[in-house]
Amino acid sequence: MREIDVSVVTEAISEMCISVNHELSEDMRGALTRAKEMETSQTGRQVLDQLNENLKIAGEEMIPICQDTGMAVVFLEVGQEVHFTGGYIEDAVNEGVRKGYTEGYLRKSVVSDPIERKNTGDNTPAVIHYNIVSGDEVRITLAPKGFGSENMSRVFMLKPAQGIEGVKDAILTAVKDAGPNACPPMVVGVGVGGTFEKAAVLAKQALAEPVGSSTDKPQWAADLEKEMLDKVNGLGIGPAGLGGSVTAISVNVKSYATHIAGLPVAVNICCHVNRHITKII
Amino acid sequence: MEKKLSLPLTKEDALDLRIGDYCFLTGEMYVARDAAHKRLFELIEKGEALPIEIEGETVYYMGPSPAREGRPIGSAGPTTAGRMDKYTPTLLDMGLRAMIGKGKRTPEVYEAMKKNGAVYFAAIGGAGALLSKCIKRSDIVCYEDLGAEAIRRLYVEDFPVIVVADSQGGVLYKDIE
Repeated sequence: MREIDVSVVTEAISEMCISVNHELSEDMRGALTRAKEMETSQTGRQVLDQLNENLKIAGEEMIPICQDTGMAVVFLEVGQEVHFTGGYIEDAVNEGVRKGYTEGYLRKSVVSDPIERKNTGDNTPAVIHYNIVSGDEVRITLAPKGFGSENMSRVFMLKPAQGIEGVKDAILTAVKDAGPNACPPMVVGVGVGGTFEKAAVLAKQALAEPVGSSTDKPQWAADLEKEMLDKVNGLGIGPAGLGGSVTAISVNVKSYATHIAGLPVAVNICCHVNRHITKII
Repeated sequence: MEKKLSLPLTKEDALDLRIGDYCFLTGEMYVARDAAHKRLFELIEKGEALPIEIEGETVYYMGPSPAREGRPIGSAGPTTAGRMDKYTPTLLDMGLRAMIGKGKRTPEVYEAMKKNGAVYFAAIGGAGALLSKCIKRSDIVCYEDLGAEAIRRLYVEDFPVIVVADSQGGVLYKDIE
């Protein structure tokens, strides 16, 4: 049994909130630089120049990359040998979000009730996904999600007979509907299988995968990622939706076992500000 | 075509603009998004006076991140305009001349723009740090309790936008089959 004081989690999350909103991961930065070289439209290249300049200003002057600093989504993978001390883990996570969003001059975008819509003033509560894993470590992934792209995300409950072609159609449908609203060039997270909610969680987790990484997945999923990136870019939506050849930076697919009667597909769309950071305690 | 324009936009300027025109805006504009639009609309429905002028004005759909000390504003890029579509035709009929946001609008909004000679600009979504550098002053006008959704008055210099819908019914965003 390893004891971890929950204040360590609070501090880690607070720091992660601030850094993730000012600096993208290296793979995302590299992908946006490469996107400029791949873009064929002049307007598209201008937009990508602005986005790269925006990243530079954000990091150097500590201005958030995007004003929508998101709802904090936290994946907490807790080793079963860990014993949390000093308080309730969920309070500790929310305290970290509160501290990070307040001290980091990040926007408070959360309302306490979806109908009454009163802003909570500190960006809490976070959306927290817990997983018990083996070992004595805690792996925290923070992925703040902006809602311009979240609003364009979809879940499709396909029939098994629709197969891989149905999955492809679902992805294209979601991306076409998203169009300029989702701030392209986008990252497309796809969850295939499981149940209604499992597919959606897989799609969210897929967004946090490194760009272009296709390890540890079935061959069909790796093939699907490549084929759909070409197809999505063939739609011509382009950077900022103003036309061009770079509509998506990456298509990331995750899959899980499912029921004999179903083929759930979730498409979680993220803008080019695809923020995710992981820390192991 | 690149154009430098002053705000408030004149009626002639708005009528002359065409989709694809790349513009740099200098002057004052209002900032309002979802919750502020809802409140304004409730006042209109009750026939009460609005806290801001609509006639001839420009509204930027945006909710900034908080300003650090010594800066007028935090990150300040556009939000999705389509969420305001329910309220927009009424505001256009009241004389709203220009909107800045991102993404597609409903046919009702494009019709009301034609009828009233208005223009819809897009700013680059997700470039909030870059765009904040063009904002020289930001004051809360009303609805401070809404936090990031309060109505603000900005003074901007050479704020970069592109005309994505014009007063002639032109729309730059393509429909994808």
